[in-house]
Amino acid sequence: MSKLRISGVSRTFPPAGGGKAVRALEPVTLDVADNDFITILGPSGCGKSTLLRIVAGLSQPTTGQVLLDGEIVTRPGPDRGMVFQSYTLFPWLTIKENICFGLREKGVPAAIQNERAAFFIERVGLRGFEGHYPKMLSGGMQQRTALARALANDPKILLLDEPFGALDNQTRALMQELLLGIWEQDRKTVLFVTHDIDESIFLANRVLVMSARPGRIKSDIAVNLPHPRDYKIKTSTDFARYKAQLTEEIREESIKAMIAMQA
Amino acid sequence: MGDLFEPLRPLSPGRRTALGIAGFCLFFALWGAATWGGWVKPLFLASPARTLETGIELFVTYNFTVDIGVTIWRVVGGFALAAILAVPLGILMGAFKPIEAMLEPLVSFARYLPASAFIPLLILWAGVGEAQKLSVIFIGSVFQLILMVAVIVGSTRLDLVEAAYTLGASRRGIVFRVLLPSSAPHIAEALRLVLGWAWTYVIVAELIGASSGIGHMIMDAQRLLDTGQMIFGIFVIGVIGLISDFIFKAANGRLFPWYAMK
Repeated sequence: MSKLRISGVSRTFPPAGGGKAVRALEPVTLDVADNDFITILGPSGCGKSTLLRIVAGLSQPTTGQVLLDGEIVTRPGPDRGMVFQSYTLFPWLTIKENICFGLREKGVPAAIQNERAAFFIERVGLRGFEGHYPKMLSGGMQQRTALARALANDPKILLLDEPFGALDNQTRALMQELLLGIWEQDRKTVLFVTHDIDESIFLANRVLVMSARPGRIKSDIAVNLPHPRDYKIKTSTDFARYKAQLTEEIREESIKAMIAMQA
Repeated sequence: MGDLFEPLRPLSPGRRTALGIAGFCLFFALWGAATWGGWVKPLFLASPARTLETGIELFVTYNFTVDIGVTIWRVVGGFALAAILAVPLGILMGAFKPIEAMLEPLVSFARYLPASAFIPLLILWAGVGEAQKLSVIFIGSVFQLILMVAVIVGSTRLDLVEAAYTLGASRRGIVFRVLLPSSAPHIAEALRLVLGWAWTYVIVAELIGASSGIGHMIMDAQRLLDTGQMIFGIFVIGVIGLISDFIFKAANGRLFPWYAMK
């Protein structure tokens, strides 16, 4: 059985200011296997973030439903951990307190909270920064904390909405390796939204390409690169082949998106 | 020197302090020039030295300390009553839209009712005692504060609220662990501002039907045409305001270290 089933999920935004209703997402149907790592690749404004927000329960689908382990998603919950593109650490909490936020909300005893926080702080390489406030940390460190915060809740699925989008290239590459390393060890189910082709191939077992708005899944490409992967794989010929294929796919959609924007 | 006037260029702390003091010096110099230079008659404006002299006299012979104490107690009392009601109500309005929809128009209307216009009515209701003084300050501050707190809480970053939901926060958790801590330093800032306004209301309240307080002293001084005492009274208010501002800022820095960080 699939871990996550998205069936016929679409989203239409109600008309604003006398305009027409805008369809952001065509009905999408998708099955995600347990422990799979899927990236959703699409041009800006294609509705990929909308789809992820619906899975998170932060937006409601206009039609269709999302099932996680056979249960219908109606609202956000700790079984679906999310990392956002914007920096969403709570600025009034220290790094450790941020990571413990979900555990504390669940009523987990303090001793266990400390133990789990220490484990994940180590995991994302932030030892020594437990007592720092988010403002004192770089963007990359903040996103590592956000990842640790989501993982500390032990979610069934991890949803990542362009989490490294605001980072510089070098930091981004390191963050990809960190995330992939964690996945290779822990085998979580991951849905990762991005517009970066390299990122989508490097991380995924399966890349879903979305069309320009209204978004739909245009192609579903299996990435058969061996694990564990490291940065060197990005310069391999296999990688280049995937990249060539995806570049064609996405370019077509980006052009469409641009024309639609000008119209 | 030319570099100092580059737009938005920051100043060193030393220069900042020096220029702040220079501003005060300029003020006293102009005042001194106007009075000692004979441009203004002493009847209308006392000289700096005369003002200081009458000020000392106020403390020594007229027990001005008691007046200051009474005024401070009125401001703090009326302001505290306003804060006790306004902060929770503002939080409720900011967090829950039905409450906001019901109360916002009413409070916005009440905000424009001038506190000083209530004084005759309040004297009728509460006499000329302390209750009336506190009421003036309460009416002057409470509506402003409710709206400010409601706006602060209502403008909590939505992405933080969403992040908290995905971490399993309940509605209660959202209010107590996101809305409140994120708003707290801004609410403290609003309290600091409104306390400043409360000082203007207290003096207005003391100008009418009072037998003590800084405002009462200023009224008495007017009967005797003692401009020195009047100016000194106004100065004392300014100094107290400056001190309370300083205390508030220091306390905020202590309470919310994450907020002051750059």
